[in-house]
Amino acid sequence: MHGLVNRSFQLFVSDTFGREVWERSTQVAGISFVDFEGMLTYKETYTPRLIEGVSTILDRPAAEVLEDFGTFIVSHPKFEAVRRLLRFGGVDFVDFLHSLDDLDDRVRLALKNLNLPNAALHAAGENQFLLLCENTINGYCHVMIGVLRAMADDYGALVLLEHRGTQEDKEVVFITVVESNFAEGRHFSLGGGAYADAI
Amino acid sequence: MRSEGLAILCPMHLLLDAQGYILQAGPTIAKVCQPEALVGKRFLDVFDLTRPRAIACFGDLQAAGAQKLHLKLRAAPHTALKGVLVHPSGDDSVIMINLSFGISIIDAVRDFELTNADFAATDLAIEMLYLVEAKTAAMSASYLLNMRLQGARIAAEEQAYTDTLTGLKNRRGLEVILSRLLKQNASFAVMQIDLDYFKAVNDTLGHAAGDFVLQTVAQNMVAETREQDVVARVGGDEFTVVLSEVNSEGVLRKIGQRIIERVEKPIDYQGHECRISASIGTVWIQPGEMPEISDILSDADVALYASKNAGRAMQTLYSPDLRKSSNLVGPQTERRQ
Repeated sequence: MHGLVNRSFQLFVSDTFGREVWERSTQVAGISFVDFEGMLTYKETYTPRLIEGVSTILDRPAAEVLEDFGTFIVSHPKFEAVRRLLRFGGVDFVDFLHSLDDLDDRVRLALKNLNLPNAALHAAGENQFLLLCENTINGYCHVMIGVLRAMADDYGALVLLEHRGTQEDKEVVFITVVESNFAEGRHFSLGGGAYADAI
Repeated sequence: MRSEGLAILCPMHLLLDAQGYILQAGPTIAKVCQPEALVGKRFLDVFDLTRPRAIACFGDLQAAGAQKLHLKLRAAPHTALKGVLVHPSGDDSVIMINLSFGISIIDAVRDFELTNADFAATDLAIEMLYLVEAKTAAMSASYLLNMRLQGARIAAEEQAYTDTLTGLKNRRGLEVILSRLLKQNASFAVMQIDLDYFKAVNDTLGHAAGDFVLQTVAQNMVAETREQDVVARVGGDEFTVVLSEVNSEGVLRKIGQRIIERVEKPIDYQGHECRISASIGTVWIQPGEMPEISDILSDADVALYASKNAGRAMQTLYSPDLRKSSNLVGPQTERRQ
């Protein structure tokens, strides 16, 4: 698994529940080190073991932990880059939802070795959508729900999200966009990224 | 084509009349230049043409026909633009120039606060901005990782070349320094120093006392040598000093003498007086000599044993004659190999 996933998960757990919870989680997961590097690659088995470890120590379902993780990587200031890159996907929340079809390809363009499951958006009525996530990474769908929740806030949209279980090895999220312009939303400008200074 | 359609397909287009006056401007170029600064103005007054170069007036540009243009805004921030000129109606009555930011897109989105809506749906600008931002984030993460790994590598190397008891260089560190000096074709001297009577300290007062004496001697040797010299501990009670930029034998004799005198000063260990001395064998490498490291160390050993045989507590400078006589006391040199 790409180190960025493990590293982000580490930051989420240490930041939210404390460093000690993270350290104990790595022990429960049977991993002999504590700190992950974002730009290295780790064994595929580490990630599910870490998730299980955190879930055990916090005594909370893994799905819930992963959903919070998804929200964290979009809304935490340390992860501003993730929020910005997602915001490139669309001018409003519905536009953004449609960009999820290309999310795995976009991510691969940025980081060649980060293979996210494919997600496909299907219209399911007026302002209603089904997001079908390949379940090649266990629990990915729950992370997506957290990401969608945070992105809806970011765009100022009012949405309802519901996990509808698995259909033909695809996990299903039912999305209702109640109101696209419910609140102000957070500011986004194309030229506001850190690269503007880096260049 | 109707202008609304044109505005969607080419939001940075300009329509000019035959004299080069701007008749119509697409919404994005109008946002960049302010509409009043465009419509009714002469194209070449607003834009500075950098390619093709030999264009003096609009007539020249007309005559040049359809081709790639490189331009700059005459007004600040002098944004660079790319363009292409065509005659949409097939004659000279109307000229259309479509513009794009090209590589200046990164600055332009910031300077003019452009949004997705300012680009044609088919324009790759947003993807380009996304990629630049994503790659920059990935690169800076990689860069930080490399910095951390480099720091760790330097620390590990430092450790591998350091004698942990005294903090001096160890044998590996010594070899690195010698090979560097040899590559530079430098003039330098190597002193092989053996402590005399050290075994007695170890035997009577124990290893802790021995270690203390070694640490003290190490500090003293560093104190008695110059900044540019290197002191290494290469064995139990064996030290090597590398002296760079040596001008005369006199300097070598002086430094050797100082080291011996310093080592001979009694060291107090928990109320016990430790008395040791040092024998030194020194090799002076002249520039232009191209010895192997093993030759240098072997010559230094020969000189060291001459000191030991002559009664210890002295320094001997190597000369080839010594080797002949040292062959007579062969067993001793062999012991050290």
